[in-house]
Amino acid sequence: MAANMDPCKNPMPTRDARVRAHDFSEVTTGYSEQAALNEALRCLNCKNHPCVTGCPVNIRIPEFIEQVKKGDFEAAYKIIHETSSLPAVCGRVCPQETQCEQHCVRGIKGEPVGIGRLERFVADWHNEHNTEPVERPVPNGHRVAVVGSGPSGLTCAGDLAKKGYAVTVFEALHTAGGVLVYGIPEFRLPKSIVKQEVEHLKALGVDLQTNVIIGRTLTVDELLSEGYEAVYIASGAGLPNFMNIPGESLMGVYSANEFLTRSNLMKAYRQDSTTPVMKGGRVAVVGGGNVAMDAARTALRLGAQEVTIVYRRSLEELPARKEEVEHAKEEGVIFRLLSNPTEILGYENKEDKRDPRNGRVVGMKCVCMELGEPDERGRRRPVEIPDSEFVLPTDTVIMAIGTSPNPLIKTTTPGLEVNRRGGIVITPETGATSVEGVFAGGDAVTGAATVISAMGAGKLAAASIDRYINGQTGAE
Amino acid sequence: MYRIVKKETLNPTVVRIEVEAPLVAAKAQPGQFIILRVDEDGERIPLTVAGYDREKGTVTVIFQIVGATTLQLGQLEEGACLCDFAGPLGTATQLDGLKEVCVVGGGVGCAIALPIAKQLHENGCRVTSIIGFRNKDLVILEEEFKACSDDFYLMTDDGSVGEQGNVCAPLNRLFADGKRFDRVITIGPLIMMKFVTEATRATGIPCTVSMNPIMIDGTGMCGGCRLTLTRNGEKITRFACVDGPDFDGYEVDFDEAMRRGGMYREFERHAYERTCRLLNKEEA
Repeated sequence: MAANMDPCKNPMPTRDARVRAHDFSEVTTGYSEQAALNEALRCLNCKNHPCVTGCPVNIRIPEFIEQVKKGDFEAAYKIIHETSSLPAVCGRVCPQETQCEQHCVRGIKGEPVGIGRLERFVADWHNEHNTEPVERPVPNGHRVAVVGSGPSGLTCAGDLAKKGYAVTVFEALHTAGGVLVYGIPEFRLPKSIVKQEVEHLKALGVDLQTNVIIGRTLTVDELLSEGYEAVYIASGAGLPNFMNIPGESLMGVYSANEFLTRSNLMKAYRQDSTTPVMKGGRVAVVGGGNVAMDAARTALRLGAQEVTIVYRRSLEELPARKEEVEHAKEEGVIFRLLSNPTEILGYENKEDKRDPRNGRVVGMKCVCMELGEPDERGRRRPVEIPDSEFVLPTDTVIMAIGTSPNPLIKTTTPGLEVNRRGGIVITPETGATSVEGVFAGGDAVTGAATVISAMGAGKLAAASIDRYINGQTGAE
Repeated sequence: MYRIVKKETLNPTVVRIEVEAPLVAAKAQPGQFIILRVDEDGERIPLTVAGYDREKGTVTVIFQIVGATTLQLGQLEEGACLCDFAGPLGTATQLDGLKEVCVVGGGVGCAIALPIAKQLHENGCRVTSIIGFRNKDLVILEEEFKACSDDFYLMTDDGSVGEQGNVCAPLNRLFADGKRFDRVITIGPLIMMKFVTEATRATGIPCTVSMNPIMIDGTGMCGGCRLTLTRNGEKITRFACVDGPDFDGYEVDFDEAMRRGGMYREFERHAYERTCRLLNKEEA
């Protein structure tokens, strides 16, 4: 078949912004077989496949695309699945534009191959058509504990289970999936997909224990003394950061974690939900990352009349994926860039102390910024413009400015080294921590990052744990 | 699943349940809490540990029927199972080295104050207990408190049993008589803890309060349970789920905590009424 030399990707079918902004169904609907085939033909299958080097889990991209060209989607799936435990998830939430697709040769003159879109198509095709039962690997007699069932923990558990390890995953919440269920909204990653991936791991023999908080219910030391030969800590990001400006405890101020957890994990997004959350009115979201976009778009769907992203740098510095920013704009999210909050204002009826509106948010005082000299990371530092204050009227404020590591595990694991910010210190090549037999990765190490980098860390740790246990027992 | 092995009604709206949760029972200490869900679509509610039996592998919690979830929880009989029961969460109340302590409990907060009084008593500490309720029908755990207290005061708002007045009355009297404690530990409604803290402030005796704000995960993720403390003249934010639930009462901004506690009052009232209607329908 001749290569498709169209400089543009096959467009991703996307639901009308005016419709989708009011429901929680998925925004993009995925390639048809025809579109997938056509997009696959854009891949030149070049010799040194630079795309693979851009993938944190080294998916053999040209190989799977070759199978798509042949129409053997199941074979394509098998290739992806050899290196990625969560293809349907990655196909949706990976920032491909800064990873595999950034290295694509087709990107030099035109758009790169839509690798992410193809990955999603293949994974969805498999989930829809596959009827083969999962084959259980032969047990190797070794036990490993994984702390946290987010993308990093699930990846590590999947890789180890495939090698025959008896893996137990401990999850603090009542549902497995970590940030994939409490953080990323339904319209970007349907819960049913996460559930399917989790069920797949269970079928591989992974034992999943919900409601167990490592650091409280059990400690890492207890896991080791109970017969787990290694422990992988993938407990994720922790406590939300606030700006430490006046008014952050007023009613109507949320951390993005709380707002998204109420909507996603606690299902406030469903019509019949009994989970309370502020709906309607005006919403201001502070921050410019993917979490900020998720919070803004969730607020819109919950019924907000007006949603504004407030970010202190300019459009170019927005850390969120371009696609998410575009989607948010299409849906009507307003961007107040180069603006920084200085105070959140609350209602106060001095005459009537019992007025139920007292203490509720009515606005946010901000100051205009301009970009100054670059900082140590090369990003231009935002500087306040004198006398440029303004008040943004708002009923709800959502702080999406990152998180700090959770203290539970570090305070209950003697000898576990953490850095100044509280992240667990590891040897980058292996994921090993300062405690023997204990490995760590994902946001618990790096602070808030991407799903795929957490998966990469899980993959690395699984390989290291395998080597470590084999070394311990002298087996090969 | 977490089976309810024992259920007891302590007063018309306060219920005690003993739940099978061996992992939680093995670790629980006074002052810590658990998070439960009644069913698959239920909300997560934090309840403080009121007791535990490490051998039986059970944990006791006491709750007041105030909202939709507690109403639903109160309907469950012995043998029924809870969907989720996670813990123990929070830090345990620090009781080491205390020789003379005043424990002040109010309403259903007494359920949490009791294991603390008991533990202190077992440690050989001299315990003064002051417990308060609205009226005699709402009194709970009187005998249990008496059994572990060296001095005991029962207060009711209407004087229908014990002494009439609030818990601060005997406390102020004790202070006026020159009585000193190593610590005052108070658990109950926010407004009561605020007044106990104020009554104690002049004496300089350390005053520990147990905060019970709205929370979701309880593990240090959502930040909904944040409190503002004033420490060395500086305002700082702390999270009840991982930094608490015990705090130095002198540092806590109670007024803010009370306001935040009422954030969803309207919503909660509607949910409660809806659940009432549903239950009535089921019975009919």
